[in-house]
Amino acid sequence: MDASLVANVVAAGVLTGLVYGLMALGLSVIFGVVRVVNFAHGEMMTVAMYAAAALFAAWGLDPFLAMAPVALAFFVFGYLLQAGLINPFITRPEHSQFMLLVAVAIIMVNALLMIFGPDARNVQVDYQLESFEIGPLLLDKARAYAAAAALAGAAALFAFFRFTLTGKAIRACADNWLGAKVVGLNVKRLYALTFGLGAACVAVAGCAMVLLVDVTPPLGPYYTLLAFVIVIVGGLGSMGGALLGGVLIGVSEALAGLFITPSAKSMFSFGLLILVLLLRPQGLLGQRT
Amino acid sequence: MKRPLVLLALLAAFLVALPAFVGPYVLSVATLILYFAYTGQAWNVMMGFAGQLSLGHSLYVGVGAYAAGALFYHYGIGPWAGLWVAIALCVAFGLVIGFLAFRFGISGVYFALLTIAFAEFTRIGFDHLAWTGGPGGMFLKVEQRETWDLANFRGPPLMYYYTMLVLAAGAFALCAALMRSRAGYYWQAIRENEEAAQALGIHTFRWKMAAVALSAAMTAVSGVFFAFYYNNLFPEQIFHISRSIEIILGPIIGGLGTLFGPILGAAVLTVLSDGITELLAALGVEIPGIKQVFYGLLLLVVVIFLPHGIWPPIARKLRL
Repeated sequence: MDASLVANVVAAGVLTGLVYGLMALGLSVIFGVVRVVNFAHGEMMTVAMYAAAALFAAWGLDPFLAMAPVALAFFVFGYLLQAGLINPFITRPEHSQFMLLVAVAIIMVNALLMIFGPDARNVQVDYQLESFEIGPLLLDKARAYAAAAALAGAAALFAFFRFTLTGKAIRACADNWLGAKVVGLNVKRLYALTFGLGAACVAVAGCAMVLLVDVTPPLGPYYTLLAFVIVIVGGLGSMGGALLGGVLIGVSEALAGLFITPSAKSMFSFGLLILVLLLRPQGLLGQRT
Repeated sequence: MKRPLVLLALLAAFLVALPAFVGPYVLSVATLILYFAYTGQAWNVMMGFAGQLSLGHSLYVGVGAYAAGALFYHYGIGPWAGLWVAIALCVAFGLVIGFLAFRFGISGVYFALLTIAFAEFTRIGFDHLAWTGGPGGMFLKVEQRETWDLANFRGPPLMYYYTMLVLAAGAFALCAALMRSRAGYYWQAIRENEEAAQALGIHTFRWKMAAVALSAAMTAVSGVFFAFYYNNLFPEQIFHISRSIEIILGPIIGGLGTLFGPILGAAVLTVLSDGITELLAALGVEIPGIKQVFYGLLLLVVVIFLPHGIWPPIARKLRL
């Protein structure tokens, strides 16, 4: 097989993987702090994709410009979801939290089905047909921009957790819940803030992703599983791990599509997940607790 | 002790007599309820008793269904022989997953995700397995619906209803006996506090493996029933994660770790689901997805307001 073809496929996989990474970053941050597994994560991703597609269809708004309003709306939604529904559940057993979020996911997928119908939606902009030529590599412009936006979103989140006082307070909650309470932090409000931030990550990732694939309601559960695979491979709660996991999954999907058959691509992701869970359950970059 | 037995006898009599009073539609709904009650009971052995959350039970339904179905389809081997192959295969699958997970100390959310991963992995595997028809599905020949042919498990809907009733009753009796057995107490100890259980000298690894094996074996029987009741098998349908969720909704809504929970949960959810369909049809509403939205909302209400399920408060009211 032609080496430049493989290189191109890998490059496309890396770029898509970065968008996956930002989506998974949202899940990872939520789990790392709130300790609740967001089983509605992929559904939130598809809601964002539909929002971007609808804004484009209505006003011709470019998905990259749609990122700001969609992310803001998702932040508010995430905040309210955590404050209203999930906070009372944080002391309940895992299966109870699981059921709550499954119910939320069922409502989201089917509300999308009710509003938009079962047909696939997409956006069509000029730069989707153009590409950058770097030596032997041909990078789709839309994919490159999407990856850049994902990296920017991830960098902003890193900076927030690293440099702001609120970010520090959230990390304190994640490290020691009781300690954070003792020093007077409003843990529940910080949890809601975290969920809002995780949701905003998903919103940005969704707006970017709608440039790369058509969106249908069943994509939601698929993305939920994909996000799990990515964060576990990278390490639940590790931010760098989520990006690394996203890239790994993006590349492995792209290569599986090239060498075997596209329909078998997620078998590789799940195979990778099983291997990582068995050999390094804390994930590639995760810390053992 | 007397009241529960009387109520149980009344319920059993009601279920045995039911087909005499209802039409084919209600009978099919009742069969479905019993199917979910049985499968939920099987799942409950692992989660409700031993505290191991499996979100991939569709794996055992699917492997059981495909094992018995393929033997029948390719070699004409009847379901009674196929049943044992299905059980053996599912137990093997369960033991492999359990061994890997418990040896490596994987528990809680990680264990749940591992079970999803195995189910999805197998689903995609079956999608690419030509021997069982791949994504196009496998179809068993449908024949002689009038007479009871138990040897080949072919017959009228009544036969499937009574089969499921016997299975559900058997699972209930088995779980009732297990709950008061040494194994049951060990499992509950592991569920409540694994480290304490270990400190008391319980070989937690062995008992968790036993729970997985039993649960997988019981679920395999559901799979065989599924294959011969519906006669068509698609990987996309039978292994899908939403099937796993369907299985566990009943026991959780009904009451985790209780004997009546899976039965009550299955009945409530199935009637609810069909009731919403009927109601929407009567109102002339035909929007795809609206039924599931209602379903999700109701689920939300139950999860929020009845954290321990529907059965425990009823049991208290009935002073059982």
